[in-house]
Amino acid sequence: MREQSLALIEAQPARHVPEPHIPGDLAMWFFILAELAVFGVFFLVYGVYRRQQPALFAEGQTHLDLLLPTLNTLLLIAGSACMVAAVRRFAQDRQRAARQSLLLAMVFGGGFLVCKLYELVGKFMAGISLSSNDFWMFYLSLTVFHFLHVVLGMVIVAAVWWMARDGRYGPGRLDGVETAAAYWHMVDLVWLVLFALVYVAR
Amino acid sequence: MSNATVAPLPASKATVNDQIKYRSQAVAKPYFVAAIGLFIGQILFGLIIGLQYFKGDFLFPAIPFGTARMVHTNLLIVWLLFGFMGAGYFLIPEECERELYSPKLAIITFWVFLVAGALTIVGYLGLPYNVLAHITGNDLLPTMGRGYLEQPLITKVGIVLVALSFLFNLSMTLLSGRKTSISIVMMLGLWGLAIFFLFSFVNPNNLVLDKYFWWWVVHLWVEGVWELIMGAMLAFVLVKVTGVDREIIEKWLYLIIAMTLITGIIGTGHHYFWIGTPGYWQLLGSIFSALEPVPFFMMTVFAFNMVKRRRREHPNQAATLWALGTGVMSFLGAGVWGFLGTLSVVNYYTHGTQLTAAHGHMAFYGAYAMVVLTMISYTMPLLRGREANSAAAQKLEKTAFWVMTLAIVGITLSLTAAAVTQVSLQRLSASPLSFMETQQHIMPMYWARFGFGLCFFTGLMMYVTSFFVTGKRES
Ligand code: HEM
Ligand code: HEM
Ligand SMILES: [Fe+2]
Repeated sequence: MREQSLALIEAQPARHVPEPHIPGDLAMWFFILAELAVFGVFFLVYGVYRRQQPALFAEGQTHLDLLLPTLNTLLLIAGSACMVAAVRRFAQDRQRAARQSLLLAMVFGGGFLVCKLYELVGKFMAGISLSSNDFWMFYLSLTVFHFLHVVLGMVIVAAVWWMARDGRYGPGRLDGVETAAAYWHMVDLVWLVLFALVYVAR
Repeated sequence: MSNATVAPLPASKATVNDQIKYRSQAVAKPYFVAAIGLFIGQILFGLIIGLQYFKGDFLFPAIPFGTARMVHTNLLIVWLLFGFMGAGYFLIPEECERELYSPKLAIITFWVFLVAGALTIVGYLGLPYNVLAHITGNDLLPTMGRGYLEQPLITKVGIVLVALSFLFNLSMTLLSGRKTSISIVMMLGLWGLAIFFLFSFVNPNNLVLDKYFWWWVVHLWVEGVWELIMGAMLAFVLVKVTGVDREIIEKWLYLIIAMTLITGIIGTGHHYFWIGTPGYWQLLGSIFSALEPVPFFMMTVFAFNMVKRRRREHPNQAATLWALGTGVMSFLGAGVWGFLGTLSVVNYYTHGTQLTAAHGHMAFYGAYAMVVLTMISYTMPLLRGREANSAAAQKLEKTAFWVMTLAIVGITLSLTAAAVTQVSLQRLSASPLSFMETQQHIMPMYWARFGFGLCFFTGLMMYVTSFFVTGKRES
């Protein structure tokens, strides 16, 4: 995933501007760094707690089903691919196709939300709460917090889709789409780490 | 009632102020004047309690410490509210490109708020608090006696009515006017301010729940919705004094408020470490509040970045200075000094010490006092019919900026030094001293705080004087 966004970073400017530039808006990169810091701190503390209570965390993880989260990973990556396609299509001034890519990204994002909600509701029904133990505290707060980020990512994509109605984006006018794509990649990247850390690494 | 006109009024007559675009913006002026007046009152009471810290019987029994402290903090909140309201009445018409929905209502609201505020202060000073509580109906719905929310029930109801009238007036203006990011963020913040104030009426018998919801007013104000107000006011002034593209400024504004909400809402947990709330707050509160400095830092970068990219040299240099000062001081006071005690393992030792007071002073001054003064600095010359004050007046205002700001730095450092002594003698030590014994060791720092307080008062007097300096050349 990281490679894909890097590919995006490098591929875009080559096409439009002679010298390399950072795609999207500086303010957004600032924001993305801040978000990565929030999650980074969160993951770090997770690691510390897990080292202190390996048995508890291992036991908790046995209650996590891997099928839906794997599907969710694919959905987010597919969403990222759509964002890459959207940027490329806007760059080629293929407005309709580009807006369709944005829509598709939102469909994948929506799929993620539905699966995640199903998983979380199951846990709540099983009586799991923030107070159950440290593992479930991290599980719930990390996944719900990330869930909210997917929602925010979709709001941003929807805003871009809405503003693209009257041809706001096109060759050389990609700032807004690139900014949205960068944010989506961030949400995606964070999920990959979360997935690996909380679900897979046992 | 409505006298909404969309077009600016002609400025043909000499008496008409041609510096403001919409005549109704002039209602902001009394709000700003009242804000400065109450600010002076706040500082006088700050000096009284600062003195009582080492001369305990000063003004005894007329004004006990508890009463004077309450007046100090309540005047602070009220003058900031006057400042926000004045800012709203100036900013919203300008952004919406139309006259205020009802200037008359704004003036009525002003007098209601001022009289209610004054009566409340008179009540605090003239009556024992329990008598005041009794005669103002606290038995019906007990809401009094909690920090910042000490106002009698009738005053609280009055505040809600004033806020509703204010919000109605501005929302009606916004609904039929141009909608910009700045005005929308400002309105979100102001509505949030009013909505969270409603939790001041929630006062469960369970002490844990009482504290729990108390922070929904106090924390979610200063580390939530007020930051939106601050961001919008700062953005407004920066658009005006730098001439940078609105689009760039608006993008920053959105990201700053998003970060504010992401960190600040769950960050409330940094007050839920020791009050009987569930254990997971130790972690959630620490992690999220540790990142609360980020939006403040973004605010600083934003202000400096915009001034660096400025497209014009605005004659009001003082306003630019205040805007930059707000960026720096809010980051130091809220971001750095707030961070010092925000991790639960640290807060275990620093909770409720002088570190909290140090942080409270620099954060309130650096963020909210300064952003209101930024707005006043930019708008008051306009409201008085000139683009900017004379060079002499601006020079005095800038000196006042430095004196007040350095005095707050002095107060903060004195209290931080006091906190270091307090934490080590009273909490870390193998043979801890009692609270009062510890205080004896801190006395020199309280003297220093009072000294810097006098400096602050001097700076404030210079600031007030700057309004009366004419100088030869105008604008
Ligand atoms: C402009 C924004 C802010 C203002 C005006 C402000 C003001 C205050 C005030 C007045 C208090 C004392 C409340 C009381 O106990 O009565 C307080 C407490 C506290 N603030 Fe802030 N604050 C701001 C931002 C922050 C930030 C960004 C952080 C964290 C990085 C923070 C961390 C804390 C903590 C941990 C306490 C509790 C201290 C204790 O346990 O005694 N504050 N703040
Ligand atoms: C002449 C300057 C000032 C002096 C001498 C002063 C003194 C004091 C004192 C003695 C307290 C009581 C602390 C306690 O209960 O132990 C206090 C509280 C407070 N003051 Fe000031 N003050 C001054 C200026 C200001 C300014 C400019 C602001 C903000 C703009 C401010 C905001 C506050 C706040 C928020 C509290 C409550 C702090 C808390 O609960 O931790 N003060 N002040
Ligand atoms: Fe707080």
